Amino acid sequence: MATIDAAPPVSRRRSVWSTVLRNPSVLFGGSIALIMLIIAILAPFLDTRDPAEINPSARNQKPGYTATVRDDEGKRIQVKYHLGTDSLGRDIYSRVIYGARVSLIVGITVAVIAVFVGLIIGMIAGYVRWLDSIIMRFMDGLMAIPEILLAIALVSLSRAGLPAVVIAIVIPQVPRVVRLVRSVVLSIREEPYVESAITVGTPTPTLLFRHVLPNTTAPLIVQGTFICASAILVEAILSFLGIGIPPEVPTWGNIMAEGRTYFRILPHNILYPGIALALAVLAINMLGDGLRDTLDPRFAKRF
Amino acid sequence: MAGYILRRVLSTLPVLAIVAVLVFLMLRLTPSDPAAIIAGDYANPQQIELIRERLGLNEPILKQFIIWIGGVLQGDFGESFFYKKQVAELIGERLEPTLSLSLLTILLVVMIAVPLGVIAAHNHGTWIDRLVMGFSVLGFSIPVFVVGYILIYVFAVTLDWLPVQGYQRIRDGVGGWLLRLILPSMTLSVVFIAFIARMTRTSVLEVLNEDYIRTARAKGQTEMKVLVRHALANAAVPILTIIGLTVAILIGGVVVTESVYTLPGLGLLTVDAVLARDYPTIQAVILLFSFAYVLINLLVDVAYTFLDPRIRY
Amino acid sequence: MQEVLTGMTEPVLSVRNLTVRLPGGADRENAIEGISFDIGPREIVCIVGESGSGKSVTAQAVMGLLPKRDLVVTAGETLLQGEDTTKAGIHRLRALRGTRMGMIFQEPMTALNPVQRVGQQIAEVLEIHTKLSGTEQRQRVLDIMKAVHLPDPELMIDAYPHQLSGGQRQRIMIAAALILDPALLIADEPTTALDVTTQAQILRLIKEMQSRRNTGVMFITHDFGVVSEIADRVVVMQRGRVVEQGTRDEVLRRPREAYTKMLVAAVPSLVPPKRAPVEGKLALEAKKLSKIYGRRTFLNRKARIVKAAQDVNFHICKGETLGIVGESGSGKTTVARCIARLIEPSEGEILIEGANVAHLPERDLRPYRRDIQIVFQDPYRSLNPRRTVGQSIIEGPVNFGMTREKAVGKARELMQLVGLSPDALDRYPHQFSGGQRQRICIARALAMGPTLLIADEAVSALDVSVQAQVLELLDNIRKQFDLAVLFITHDLRVAAQICDRIAVMKNGVVVEHGTTADVFRSPQHEYTKALFDAAPGRDFGVQQSVA
Repeated sequence: MATIDAAPPVSRRRSVWSTVLRNPSVLFGGSIALIMLIIAILAPFLDTRDPAEINPSARNQKPGYTATVRDDEGKRIQVKYHLGTDSLGRDIYSRVIYGARVSLIVGITVAVIAVFVGLIIGMIAGYVRWLDSIIMRFMDGLMAIPEILLAIALVSLSRAGLPAVVIAIVIPQVPRVVRLVRSVVLSIREEPYVESAITVGTPTPTLLFRHVLPNTTAPLIVQGTFICASAILVEAILSFLGIGIPPEVPTWGNIMAEGRTYFRILPHNILYPGIALALAVLAINMLGDGLRDTLDPRFAKRF
Repeated sequence: MAGYILRRVLSTLPVLAIVAVLVFLMLRLTPSDPAAIIAGDYANPQQIELIRERLGLNEPILKQFIIWIGGVLQGDFGESFFYKKQVAELIGERLEPTLSLSLLTILLVVMIAVPLGVIAAHNHGTWIDRLVMGFSVLGFSIPVFVVGYILIYVFAVTLDWLPVQGYQRIRDGVGGWLLRLILPSMTLSVVFIAFIARMTRTSVLEVLNEDYIRTARAKGQTEMKVLVRHALANAAVPILTIIGLTVAILIGGVVVTESVYTLPGLGLLTVDAVLARDYPTIQAVILLFSFAYVLINLLVDVAYTFLDPRIRY
Repeated sequence: MQEVLTGMTEPVLSVRNLTVRLPGGADRENAIEGISFDIGPREIVCIVGESGSGKSVTAQAVMGLLPKRDLVVTAGETLLQGEDTTKAGIHRLRALRGTRMGMIFQEPMTALNPVQRVGQQIAEVLEIHTKLSGTEQRQRVLDIMKAVHLPDPELMIDAYPHQLSGGQRQRIMIAAALILDPALLIADEPTTALDVTTQAQILRLIKEMQSRRNTGVMFITHDFGVVSEIADRVVVMQRGRVVEQGTRDEVLRRPREAYTKMLVAAVPSLVPPKRAPVEGKLALEAKKLSKIYGRRTFLNRKARIVKAAQDVNFHICKGETLGIVGESGSGKTTVARCIARLIEPSEGEILIEGANVAHLPERDLRPYRRDIQIVFQDPYRSLNPRRTVGQSIIEGPVNFGMTREKAVGKARELMQLVGLSPDALDRYPHQFSGGQRQRICIARALAMGPTLLIADEAVSALDVSVQAQVLELLDNIRKQFDLAVLFITHDLRVAAQICDRIAVMKNGVVVEHGTTADVFRSPQHEYTKALFDAAPGRDFGVQQSVA
């Protein structure tokens, strides 16, 4: 039993967010992620062409290739393919830029849905005793199926498309969020301040929202960030394997899948979207790392 | 100890059962009609009906499950639509490349990642630590297939040191077998090394804060022995746990890696089966991978008994 | 070492003008500042002080175990038999640790490596510092295990730490620290985590070992009972400085400095003061209360059944303090949690105004929640860190329909009552010290207008000077509100001072029950007697109250 200080501790608690924004990982990862988001939003204005436009006379060209095409009004104009073209003559640069849209949409949607659904189920599991073991056995079962395999299986059952892909990626993530929330709830409900709230007659729903729920915010922001990164990766994998979003949609995975055939001669078809993908995932993972270290040191153990 | 092991074995049974039910229901509960999807966009109603008949989709769902699970328990996963042969036989043919790739990768990972993590923890807060951690974040951010193609481009295309793709069975020569597995297992191990190194570091760091580490130092023990005999010995359980859990990531990576290097293993079979909508095969492969994952983690739990006396007695 | 053995005046350890700097941003510049003291051979010097006084830092500085980057020795020296350990290189330090200076720690539960056999952990010292063979090492380990009175060393040498009790583990630690007969033993709160009966045994052992081996002991503690039990000399520290030092009798009986006087006066006496019998209305009655944990399951037929509390009967009247005294695992906290209905008792009745609330479901229980309030041990976890103190205090009244304005008004009054500024209601818990937080918790409990207040080890985590203030506050509010108080504690001194009646618990059963005066004067049960005999510094308290 340690004894406790008599003098009031010096108050050094700065605003949490100012500490967060001082963290180098947050700054670095966050800025890159933000830049990518801006690029995705501004895609049409960044000297891009229609990413689905096919130019049969400019197939498999190296970066920097310039072609003359007719525009909508029939005028001949010079077009520069900054990153070359694929085997159908589509502009890789435009496809990579537009690809950011799909990736970020998938990443963010999956993170939001998974966190929200997981939060609700996790709170129920953590507080309703008789439901707990039923829910957790089911979650164990879901977790026993390796994440990517489950996603693959789920997409294979539906006609490929963005919503199907999102759902297929969300489902394997939900049990992880449920476990996290449940463990927070279980540890917090043992805290003396929660027990004090019980003895002053706080009703259970208020108890949950006032004393328990706020404790899940920090770990969930962190977890959500990692889910976002992971979802972007899984979407790219699905597209790359040819079972994700339809091939004509510009996603980084699709561009790479398309580039496989001519990889030996034209490695840039895989290289550029690969770099974009790795950069996005790296940025978001770093953001998550930084957030975890600053927001949530208690849960720094988890990845 | 026997009691503990028995309890762990028994507690995996419900998980396996739930996995089986989930895998079964996945096909039956989809909003779209699997028969129609299998038949493709140009099928007429008669063809779809024929497929429904063959899949047994017209039977009551419980009966379907009993028939299916009965078969599975006898090692009968049905017949592949696409390959036109028994799924069990198909899996048997594809087992070797996957096992070779996985084992080689795990070997590589444990040899590299654990020392890396311990070194980082020992030099906590220094540039060495930051370097290892930096590589770690990078490692699990680069997608497996990007790593794969970079390695192919460097070692196979540009330098021409190693074969690009393909597989050679071990009975046709260990040399050729190993040669063709070098790049795939390097590819696959990157993510895995990143994870394990990071988790090893965290576990060791946590243990280094324990009182018994201070005790060991107070005895005059050298830092190296403190690290290995006291820190690593105690961090072994969490590290092993993580290795067990990351097998899920490994399995995902196997699918992608086999696809990149066209290794004719279970991963490639999975992708081909999905592309061909070959449901019996998909179900079987997923069930198999999941069971393998659960069993590996069961083995990890059993291994705890050798590492931690608190569980043993 | 020849001169040390011959000349008794030569100190084993001589700390000269030692200063250790704190990292930036702390509440003061130096953890310890210019401290000096000596420890002679065969001498036990107690370093005593409240938390944050720098006593542990002193020990770590001597051992060279200060956290590398955070705490730096900036001045002074620590001469171990003439050799300055603060200037010794890492190799020299390692050679000295275990051979010339050994150390034992507060938490025997965590100070041993859980995955290594205890014999091996003692032998480790031999392995590092000697060239003895395996069999020789084993013999030495068995010898020292015998010397520290561990039962059945042949068997225990191959045990793992989790198979031993806390006291046994501390004996293992002592064995490892003393196996090479170091000149200096540093003991950092070695008995604080132990039950009082175990504490007495360990203190006796340390004394026996040090006098037999001529060891100088630096004994760090916050407990004046322990000091009076074993110290030859005492060094009193406060905020990194030595306030006073002298022989035990000088410091404890005739303290010179105001701070020492205050500390000594704050230690509760073991002799209960005279208390008039309370004749209030019955506030609460517990009948045949039992709580049983664990049940057989299909998979685990031999699952342990723990009878945490069994057949506990008591009543408390208004204006009365009933103490439940016991060591850890005695079931005293289980009883408190049952009464507060944080857990449901397995059997028995809890009667409030004739109604049995023991088994009421939460909905029906709500009206009775107001009547029973609880203050917990750990002030740092008892208040929601995200909510202001005011929000925490008014939560209860608002739950029961009081308007916010009225509740805040009441909260302001209560803050004043517990000795805090009403303007502090808008502040967050982290801005308060431990003692202040405990006051806030008391205000929160009072806001409900309870008939019974449960104090579950409510002062156990506080420094002795703060403890005295909070105890006084508790006693005042008991009088002012005619409260019934259920006071759970392991500390006999505290119980003696505050309780009208006490119940002594052991293994879930009340073994003795009576007025505090009776129980302390003539304990009936064997266990109670043993408990009182074990209380450190019995005579210290008595003289205090006589003086």
